[in-house]
Amino acid sequence: MINNKTLDEILGQYPVKVKKNRKKHIVIKEDYIGNQEIEANSRTIPGIITNRGCAYAGCKGVVLGPLKDVIHIVHGPVGCGYYAWLTRRNKAKSEDPSKNYLAYCFSTDMQESDIVFGGEKKLTRLIDEVVEIFHPAAVTISATCPVGLIGDDIGQVAKTAHAKYPDINFTAYSCEGYKGVSQSAGHHIANNGLMQYIIGQGEMEESPSPFTINIMGEYNIGGDGWEIKQMLEEIGYHIQTVMTGDGSYEELKNAHVSNLNLVQCHRSINYIADMLEIKYGTPWLKVNFIGINSTINSLRNMAVYFGDQGLMDRTERYIEKELQKTQASMEPYRKICEGKTAFCFVGGSRGHHYQGLYQELGIKTILAGYEFAHRDDYEGREIMGSIKLDADSQNIPNLTIEPDTKRYQVKIPPEKMEELKDQLPLNYYEGMIKSMQEGALVVDDLNHFETEELVRLLKPDVFSSGIKDKYAVQKMGIPSKQLHNYDYSGPYAGFRGALNFARDVAMSIASPTWSYIVPPWYSRPILEGIIEERMMEGA
Amino acid sequence: MLDCTPREITQRSGGLINPAKTCQPIGAMYASLGIHGCLPHSHGSQGCCAYHRAHLTRHFREPVMASSSSFTEGASVFGGASNMKTAIANVFHIYNPDVMAIHTTCLSETIGDDVATIVKTADIPEGKVVIHANTPSYQGSHITGFSNMTRAMVHYLAESSEGKKKNQINIIPGFVNPGDMREIKRIAGLMGAPSIMFPDTSGVMDAPITGHFSMYPQGGTTVKQLKDTGNSSLTLALGSYASADAAYLLEKKCRVPSLVLRTPIGIKATDEFLMAMRQHCMQEVPYELELERGQLVDIMTDTHYHYHGKKAAIFGDPDIVMALTEFVLSLGMKPVHVLTGTPDSTIGGPQGSFEKEVKGMLQQADVQGQVKAGGDLFTLHQWIKNEAVDVLIGSSYGKYIARAEDIPLVRVGFPVLDRAVHSYLPIVGYKGAMRLLEMIDNALLDRIERDCADEDMELVM
Repeated sequence: MINNKTLDEILGQYPVKVKKNRKKHIVIKEDYIGNQEIEANSRTIPGIITNRGCAYAGCKGVVLGPLKDVIHIVHGPVGCGYYAWLTRRNKAKSEDPSKNYLAYCFSTDMQESDIVFGGEKKLTRLIDEVVEIFHPAAVTISATCPVGLIGDDIGQVAKTAHAKYPDINFTAYSCEGYKGVSQSAGHHIANNGLMQYIIGQGEMEESPSPFTINIMGEYNIGGDGWEIKQMLEEIGYHIQTVMTGDGSYEELKNAHVSNLNLVQCHRSINYIADMLEIKYGTPWLKVNFIGINSTINSLRNMAVYFGDQGLMDRTERYIEKELQKTQASMEPYRKICEGKTAFCFVGGSRGHHYQGLYQELGIKTILAGYEFAHRDDYEGREIMGSIKLDADSQNIPNLTIEPDTKRYQVKIPPEKMEELKDQLPLNYYEGMIKSMQEGALVVDDLNHFETEELVRLLKPDVFSSGIKDKYAVQKMGIPSKQLHNYDYSGPYAGFRGALNFARDVAMSIASPTWSYIVPPWYSRPILEGIIEERMMEGA
Repeated sequence: MLDCTPREITQRSGGLINPAKTCQPIGAMYASLGIHGCLPHSHGSQGCCAYHRAHLTRHFREPVMASSSSFTEGASVFGGASNMKTAIANVFHIYNPDVMAIHTTCLSETIGDDVATIVKTADIPEGKVVIHANTPSYQGSHITGFSNMTRAMVHYLAESSEGKKKNQINIIPGFVNPGDMREIKRIAGLMGAPSIMFPDTSGVMDAPITGHFSMYPQGGTTVKQLKDTGNSSLTLALGSYASADAAYLLEKKCRVPSLVLRTPIGIKATDEFLMAMRQHCMQEVPYELELERGQLVDIMTDTHYHYHGKKAAIFGDPDIVMALTEFVLSLGMKPVHVLTGTPDSTIGGPQGSFEKEVKGMLQQADVQGQVKAGGDLFTLHQWIKNEAVDVLIGSSYGKYIARAEDIPLVRVGFPVLDRAVHSYLPIVGYKGAMRLLEMIDNALLDRIERDCADEDMELVM
């Protein structure tokens, strides 16, 4: 474990200004302190090797990209479109494969002349071409850095395109990479666009089932969304849409009919969750389907919300059945993992969610953090009122939403709602810090220098983060588990997912490959035995 | 798979669908990693740096260290000078590289940051070096970026400090894997040619696991070597798109004669590489290399009936694709679709002749084929739908077309994201040609054995 003095020594190697800044992003969990404030969602200092990406990555890459029946045009030079193409494991399948565009990348590939004379004409041509070839129901246009700088009006291009093709939904997202301080700005921009121009555009007025839900902030990485969907459908829920993993425009436009919204990744989707509540009166429930206990809690909370005895009974039967199937199988993996320690640094929700699953395997999380979260993701939503918006956040519009005059419906009577709020995380997220253990480190926007220093100091048995820091840590002989993309495995959600995760982590720890790092000639003398013999001869 | 791609080809001018190239900065970042003790720096918003690091890491399965100027909206409006100066100070204080190699992005290029001037006025610790290349993402491709950063090494560092040129040659390997760079150095060594390779990512992007992490592994061209390139008596630029510009600048700046050759992939290009060194160094080709060549030709003649006349589609980076095309022609195969994403010529970058050269090769071999520079994989897929091929050769992105059309894919080039070891084992030189031949041959034979009837299964082939 680490204390403030050691931490100070590490940070002391920084230039003074950097130290002063970074210190505020790091907290050692101390149980006796009520709320431990942490700085988050502020600028990364230039020159610091951060894991963070940009607003475009958060908008197109995270939130919009997984919508499978939508053509996602990236307006800009080729790179941004190229890198966000097939690299995120947001799986999707369609009944009609000719309406699944996820294996395609559409880039306006802006050239110097487009930068000088404007790129709107080229964008319009690409729209005409994709409409002619692909006949999509919806098209998104995401802006990259130069677009905003040269003043291309992508909103106007989208409007003009809609006038020309009235059956097609066009939305434009000004998610230039320099906006905000990380991917987080892009989540917000995407949330705004989906809420304003897609959600609620459908014609459904009634919920197809009394237990209709949306699963939000679930991107179906490695099939997580499918695992969750299958679980909930078996219990008896009707899933209207998943935002946005394996999601579709066709389902999303009717997302307003749900009776409850589940929020898995709070950071990337909480704006829509809040806006749906204001506009349609649909409460949201913070869920966590990572780890067996969290899954059980989430399932029970859902059943309590609906208050239906049949649903509660089916939930319990389902839990019992799945526990029986998984518990014994977990045991051999748990034996391998028991007593080990982990770092858990992920984007905006997994840094928290995976701690419970690690705990179930007997692994203690000694450092956790988020790449791009806000203070509420650490400290809980109760502190949201005290967050001061800086210039970078103020650049992202906050939509003013009014209740929908026709479709607003009180889903739960107010007094019942208050009662439920006492029992369930309804419209509430408690954040990461509360559930962390005394002495554990919480680091926001963990950077390379801190990773290297803290890994050396705390020597975790498993490091979990992303692709950029994975191999640096593995060079130190420590297995590194990618929790952004699961090292191309999964699903990790739900009961079966927990078992998959246990198997994968145990595999990383137990792999014989680590034992070969030090060559045998480092530990054995070259002249073993021979010296003694000759000396005796000489004597 | 790719069910929305129609067979009918329509004229498009609105951009790319399924690009076969990416943007300049990633190439510049890769080239920078070929300098010893260098930290690449991306002058733009931090998403660019994150994307480039992630993608290079996926290809090499190695740490890729690089920093960013982390632009916000303010920097984009008021200019990035202050961000860059802060970055320079922090990088040297915290990460202590010998060299910081800055490349620009479409953001800093569009707002017109004058990086050369900012660098000149920045506080750079004594003994440390900062170089920069302009790499606007809206020109050329990642290969252009590689070329521009390699050129920057010459611009900032090469010196003609001695009156007489030394008996040493410069070798610019182009955008190839560290395994290829090692092999090119081995061949040059066998030819008895003292050489400086730059950039050289061997020992950096294929560094061993030791239980310790080092930000700056042992490999890479040192600053001293980069300075000394001006004293060499010849520069061999392997690949006209990735390497020629730096060689031309070296010729202009330090009067080092340059020779632009094909990337030495395949028998013909390797022959030419050896012949150039033989002539320049007045050294006969040693038996060891003649042996390797003889073995390669032995295998080619032994197995020609496996692949002669088979049709191939080849895509990727221009230097690699041109050499691959030449090689499959030397095997008697028919490269009927040949495409690169990199445009033929770029403002402020390489002036290439991909289409002309490849068409010339096909014409000489009497093969009817389609050739395109600046193309995309949507076009390649449509070509294949109209004329089927037996094998597809290119990067991992080809696997979707391979699955859709049920053709085997031989993974060659950048990036290969779904297979390992490729970055260690060369495809250059005679040994590399053997490996390529094995990959192509096995892909074709595996396909026969997967598809044939039980009674047609053969033990010996």
